[in-house]
Amino acid sequence: MMASVPTEYGLLLAGTLFALGLIGVLVRRNIVFILMSLEIMLNATGLAFVTAGARWAQADGQVMYLFILSMAAAEVAVGLALVLKLQRQFKTLDADAASRMHG
Amino acid sequence: MNTVFYIAAAVALISTMMVITRLNAIHALLYLIVSLLAVAVIFFTLGAVFAAALEVIIYAGAIMVLFVFVVMLLNLGPSATAQESQWLSPRAWIGPAILALVLVGELAFIIARGSLRAPAAGAVEPKQVGVALYGPYLLGVELASLLLLAGMVGAYHLGREWSVEVERQGDKGTRGQGEGQTGK
Repeated sequence: MMASVPTEYGLLLAGTLFALGLIGVLVRRNIVFILMSLEIMLNATGLAFVTAGARWAQADGQVMYLFILSMAAAEVAVGLALVLKLQRQFKTLDADAASRMHG
Repeated sequence: MNTVFYIAAAVALISTMMVITRLNAIHALLYLIVSLLAVAVIFFTLGAVFAAALEVIIYAGAIMVLFVFVVMLLNLGPSATAQESQWLSPRAWIGPAILALVLVGELAFIIARGSLRAPAAGAVEPKQVGVALYGPYLLGVELASLLLLAGMVGAYHLGREWSVEVERQGDKGTRGQGEGQTGK
């Protein structure tokens, strides 16, 4: 039997990855990079769920990971379509270009 | 197994840091793929083999391909060829290649130790996940399928509007044809 990974380290890694993704969302202004950082954050959340599921040897963590995965897929599909529209309309990928709503 | 976890965690952190500091979208995507593969190795060391396989197939496979497609689509133009030759310079591949080689080394180590079959301490078999998915979480699965359908319809709607705009701007002279196309 191999030694199992301590749960604290798994959660610590998930938290660090989430923080890195959050920094990416806050710092970058290119909308493609913002979407990538969102993916990192969602992935870190899934890691936290799987770590917790492994801690109690229950399947629920992986089930939640599956739901996060399907949500990320739907989010990416819509987000990338919006990126294409933004590029089409404003000729730029700067997220600040679309900061004003005109009804 | 602990050492494998620590090395994979280091690879994940380094490549994620590279993702959020790159200036070039394709370079960032390369590092992001390596980061997702490292997380897949971490899932394996945690005993979640099903999640590890899904991470590679869906995240590093399908979602990243979608990203690559869109990044390539955004740069259609006369300068696209020059840009692409600059993107695919050998220097850009060194960093991701080294990190990916570390992961391959870990895979070879796991196979050589013969611990591929032996379950980890808190291992959850795919069968258990499937039973939970279609037992207590059945409503969640239905909602997820609904969400995917909504995402597909939304992406189709946004992408379609975009192509109609292109059509309208493209042939203003032949208006009747354009109207017939959009009316369909």
